[in-house]
Amino acid sequence: MRLEILFFVAPALCLFGFFVVWPIAKAIQFSLYRWKGFGPLVDFVGLQNYVAVLQNEVFTDALVHNLIIVVASIALQLPLGLAIALLLNRTMWGQGALRTIIFVPYVLAEVIAGVIWFQLLQPRYGVVDTLLAAVGLQGPEQGWLGDPRYALATVIVVLTWKYLGLAVILFLAGLQGVPPELHEAAQIDGASWWQSQRSITIPLLGPTIRTWAFLSMIGSLQLFDMVWILTKGGPANSTMTMATFLITEGTKRQNYGTAAAASVILFVVALVMALLYQRLVLRRDTAADRPEKKVKR
Amino acid sequence: MRTARFATAVALTASIGLLTACGGDDGSTTNADGDVVITWWHNANTGEGKTFYDDVAAEFEAEHPGVVVEVSAMQHEDMLTKLDAAFQSGEAPSLYMERGGGELQDHVEAGLTKDLTDLVPETIDSIGGSIAGWQVDDRTYGLPFSVGVVGFWYNKALFADAGIDTPPTTVDEFDDAVAQLKDAGITPVSVGAGDKWPAAHYWYYFAMRECSEQVLSDAVGTLDFSDDCFVRAGGDLEQLVGTEPFNAGFLSTPAQSGPTSASGLLATDKVAMELAGHWEPGVMQGLTEDEQGLGDDTGWFAFPSVDGGEGAPDAALGGGDAWAVSQDAPDEAVELAEYLLSDDVQKRFAELDMGLPTNSSASEFVADPALAQLLEVRDAAPYVQLYFDTAFGPSVGGAMNDEIALMFAGQAGPQDVVDATQAAADAEK
Repeated sequence: MRLEILFFVAPALCLFGFFVVWPIAKAIQFSLYRWKGFGPLVDFVGLQNYVAVLQNEVFTDALVHNLIIVVASIALQLPLGLAIALLLNRTMWGQGALRTIIFVPYVLAEVIAGVIWFQLLQPRYGVVDTLLAAVGLQGPEQGWLGDPRYALATVIVVLTWKYLGLAVILFLAGLQGVPPELHEAAQIDGASWWQSQRSITIPLLGPTIRTWAFLSMIGSLQLFDMVWILTKGGPANSTMTMATFLITEGTKRQNYGTAAAASVILFVVALVMALLYQRLVLRRDTAADRPEKKVKR
Repeated sequence: MRTARFATAVALTASIGLLTACGGDDGSTTNADGDVVITWWHNANTGEGKTFYDDVAAEFEAEHPGVVVEVSAMQHEDMLTKLDAAFQSGEAPSLYMERGGGELQDHVEAGLTKDLTDLVPETIDSIGGSIAGWQVDDRTYGLPFSVGVVGFWYNKALFADAGIDTPPTTVDEFDDAVAQLKDAGITPVSVGAGDKWPAAHYWYYFAMRECSEQVLSDAVGTLDFSDDCFVRAGGDLEQLVGTEPFNAGFLSTPAQSGPTSASGLLATDKVAMELAGHWEPGVMQGLTEDEQGLGDDTGWFAFPSVDGGEGAPDAALGGGDAWAVSQDAPDEAVELAEYLLSDDVQKRFAELDMGLPTNSSASEFVADPALAQLLEVRDAAPYVQLYFDTAFGPSVGGAMNDEIALMFAGQAGPQDVVDATQAAADAEK
């Protein structure tokens, strides 16, 4: 029995070891050296790279940007996604088409979506500014992505557009698991549509929402591609995330030691938040599974 | 628990097996037939340029029996990525392109690049002053084959519309031209500050106008930016940015990609001028439907002079590419590099307008009038300063460019640029 387990788990473990454990170990090793990306690792600097990264205002700002994106993603996509999912869950004309339209942005490759939005958001000549001009409004002089005051908010809007579809699809799937009998019973008891959504649907959707929020949080912490396409972390570092910081520092400036330190910090931040989330929020969902396991054994 | 530990051991062993499987190259420079193999990487991956280099490789093989040249023509960015990886793995190509400056210095310190000083002295002499960017401690590690200079490319028709008869030569005249263009409803200048280096070129030029050549070459050597002229350069730039000459959204504008890039705006008559290098006409041609760029309206003028500056008003900012030979390459690779700088090959390089040849015998064969004009400017300049970011290397240069971009955004002052650069430089020491 044990050998069998080993047999089936070994390939996965090999891959895990090679593509996850090994790179992490390497990153930790690099982070302790000053290294240009070639030649032997000889210039051991201890924790100096970590000190440099944590004292770097651009990095700490990037960390704050990541946290803003985590909060904003959940705060925007949760109510919007829930509302759309509840609407789309009712049988109506064009339901399938609407679901597809909502989901399309998520399916679109991130780079393509980024380039499209980059063009739409061009100052003056872009579609967004043209539409605004048509109703007598004017976008910021430097453009939505070119003004440090608006760039992060603009990126968040694009991210919401991109990832709303995922939330909606997950919520819709979760809604299929809500037994219709409960609604019927509630109706008989005289509950309004709104009341039954609030007291039945949303609580029963809890596990789905919590899992989605977890995915959203991790994605926001590791955010790279959309920012890279739209702003490369600029203007004036106003949209820099931890991931764009480490790419800039590493492949652009060839400070691989500092970049590795930043990547380890990013890893630790994501890991700590994930573990806390598991313990504090997802515990309810996993706790429900536990008695079952005991029975099996 | 024991099982888990065993499984980890299995996983680790498997990883090590995979790793050793990857690194199975013994680094020899001969193939199975006993021929000497030269690997050559370059970035002329399309059209005439690619054919030209293939021809050159074939000619070299014909002259040197028993030598095989394996040419890899790559897209520029791909080549840079692959070169980085090749240096990391210690399997660099025999002959490759070096941009000089701090990057080259890093390669030299890591023992990756061959010292060519005593191997090809005549070729080094024939190149003249342009070679300085590829020397470390008076030893030469690269043979520049094309060196261009940066200046303002402008739209002659738009300048005429605004009533500007002669291009500006001083900063005051430049400010007047900006005002005239604005009055005529024309956006004066585009700059790809989103990519940072195009913005940084302004600061570089002001530093060259404010600082003497000696101060600059000392700064490159010692990474000391304490001379007051660097702060004055920032002040000049701050004033220029204050006149608001740039295109809307310049902070997020890319340099060259697409019609809304800085080059695209100039190519499509949306702005009147842009500070850029010798590549600009070619880039603009690629960004217009008729592939003409600005065509006959293409004009060029040098970066304006600054009153009271200690630098030469005709010194030029520039840079280019050199052929370098990796440390373990066969001797024949040095001969190929030498051949590439020969009168004949440089003449053909010039005839194809592939760049600005460094071998002076080839100058007269440059066909494109804009490039020919630049060549005159370059050869008349008292010195050509290598782009500072290249000269100082990616780490210091990157920090410098970042801070200059912040200045364009109004978030950094003249002293900040110097401080950020000095801090990055001190971290290198």
